[in-house]
Amino acid sequence: MSIFVDENTKVIVQGITGSQGRFHGLRNRDYGTKVLAGVTPGKAGTDVDGVPVFDTVVDAVDKTGADTSFVVVPPKFAPDAILEAAKAGIRLIVCITEGIPAQDEAKVYNILVNDYPNTRLIGPNCPGIISPGKCNIGITSGDIALEGGPVGIVSRSGTLTYQALHELSMQGVGQTTCVGIGGDPVPGTSFIDCLSEFEKDPQTKAVMMIGEIGGDAEERAAEFIAKEMSKPVVAYIAGVTAPAGKKMGHAGAIISGSSGTAQAKMEALEKAGVQVAPNPTVAGELMVQVVKAL
Amino acid sequence: MDLFEYQGKQYFARFGIPVSPGGVAYSVQEAVDQADKAGYPVVVKAQVQVGGRGKAGGIKIAENADQTREQASNILGMDIKGHIVKCLWVEHASDIDKEYYASFTLDRSAKKHLCMVSSKGGVEIEQVALEDPGAIVKFHVDPTVGITIEQARQIVKDANLDAPALEGAADILMKLYECFTKGDCDLVEVNPLILTPEGKVHALDAKVTLDDNAMFRHPEWQEYRKTEELDEREQLAREKGLNYIGLSGEVGIIANGAGLAMSTLDVVNQAGGSAANFLDIGGGANADVMASALEVINSDKAVRSIFVNIFGGITRCEEVANGIIEAIGRVDISSPIVLRLDGTNAKEGREIIASDTSGKVISKPTMLEAARAAVELAKGK
Repeated sequence: MSIFVDENTKVIVQGITGSQGRFHGLRNRDYGTKVLAGVTPGKAGTDVDGVPVFDTVVDAVDKTGADTSFVVVPPKFAPDAILEAAKAGIRLIVCITEGIPAQDEAKVYNILVNDYPNTRLIGPNCPGIISPGKCNIGITSGDIALEGGPVGIVSRSGTLTYQALHELSMQGVGQTTCVGIGGDPVPGTSFIDCLSEFEKDPQTKAVMMIGEIGGDAEERAAEFIAKEMSKPVVAYIAGVTAPAGKKMGHAGAIISGSSGTAQAKMEALEKAGVQVAPNPTVAGELMVQVVKAL
Repeated sequence: MDLFEYQGKQYFARFGIPVSPGGVAYSVQEAVDQADKAGYPVVVKAQVQVGGRGKAGGIKIAENADQTREQASNILGMDIKGHIVKCLWVEHASDIDKEYYASFTLDRSAKKHLCMVSSKGGVEIEQVALEDPGAIVKFHVDPTVGITIEQARQIVKDANLDAPALEGAADILMKLYECFTKGDCDLVEVNPLILTPEGKVHALDAKVTLDDNAMFRHPEWQEYRKTEELDEREQLAREKGLNYIGLSGEVGIIANGAGLAMSTLDVVNQAGGSAANFLDIGGGANADVMASALEVINSDKAVRSIFVNIFGGITRCEEVANGIIEAIGRVDISSPIVLRLDGTNAKEGREIIASDTSGKVISKPTMLEAARAAVELAKGK
């Protein structure tokens, strides 16, 4: 099993005619993902390496029965692209776009919650989601993932998501699904959303969680783990040495005042029974032990 | 991007938020000119982005031109917690009856806008939150709906602002929200928001943090970019379009992706060293970006070794390797480079490095081994 996506997920790519959309859309298709169509306004009737392009998401969904959209468009257009997908009845939207203004992001999030409660947004500013051997939507290189489970991964950071996959795959530990929720202040999907799905997924036996400084998403996840999760969780939090008041690359990764520190997050997670590692390599090693003991 | 007080006040004024009449001065004479225009008495305020200006002597009252001259010459050039004062804001001194607090920011947990108002202004709001949390009224605004004047009136009333201040404060709250949303701010804060003996409410200070992501729809923000307080290394990195933050250690860091870059800082620390910087070369970095990154790190005199930590995704490792070789050829890199390459085309990248004969690059198979090597080199030199 997997969460959010599987071998039957039918994907369209919004922005498929751009260089990024083309590269990653086709790479996802080559991985085995059912990439059925692309959407670029004004380009209907053309195709990208055999993938038909439509003007609107509604048309693409109409013709292909797609239920999922991969949004690869610049920050200026991404909010509208997400809302267009939701309006067209798409149930899962994966948006990798980095640099969407926070005001737009907060608005889109609340419109989705208010008007499209059945649509899930993953991202923005994330590497996407991969269920090894079944479906890959986003920019993760498929060859660093290993199919078969039993570990679920959820991460706020892109390259650290790859690092986590790599550490586990090298040790022969497979993954059910790996979700990059993104490093922005208002991610569409939270740690808790993913943790609760992993808890329900019978094939997922343990979860690796990669957090970073800023906000209190990790602390909230810790509360959820303590109350609701029976499966073991191993965590790593990046940014122990990050100085306060400096945005560490991600719009969400900033320690303001005394809140958002890695220390506070690690303590909260440890209190919730999570094994917290000092770096990604040790997190991988801890997870190998956890999997062995299952 | 954080604005200076004077920029924040000018930004406020664009949205109709009342501020004291005043102007910017870069010299003593300019300060006197601005004071003459604003009308005495005036307040001469150091423009630095650090708290505690007043205690450090960076805010002074002047009754006339001579006093303005004296205060301005004292404050200009002053070192306030490492920030040298290059600029002053001179404004008409207000009579203050009451000091309040008002702000808007994004509540990341609630995923809604958060309005905070308090009748206890003029002091650090964190302090009020600790000592008297009941004195802060918090109100969540749905970003899809916005705030209404009725809600604003209720908020200031609930915050126990004085009766003569209510209408003026509610009006400012509406304008402040407009500034926050239309002005694409991460934070707008007025502390203190004052009530004058004449019953007028206005902003005596302005703290504004702009959302860098919204730069594309605010071309006028370029002007704020020019006044940002950056050290030489950060300035060079900015010119090269790199995401760089200067730190005080001796191991230069280059990584792709913000998370991995932060993690690299952490493992260097765990290996007993400390990072000279945070530098994320981003996804899809090519040879040119890599070479620029090495140049910036190389300009930092404190750097003793350089740790390049790359996990290729969109970024291809052979491009990174080519960039390193190019940089070594282009600039005299004075510190040894420890390289860890994994991910997309790592094998090709490692082969390129292996064929390099400069002896400046040391390859390590894992992040932790590379961190240890970089720290040892930094200490041994």
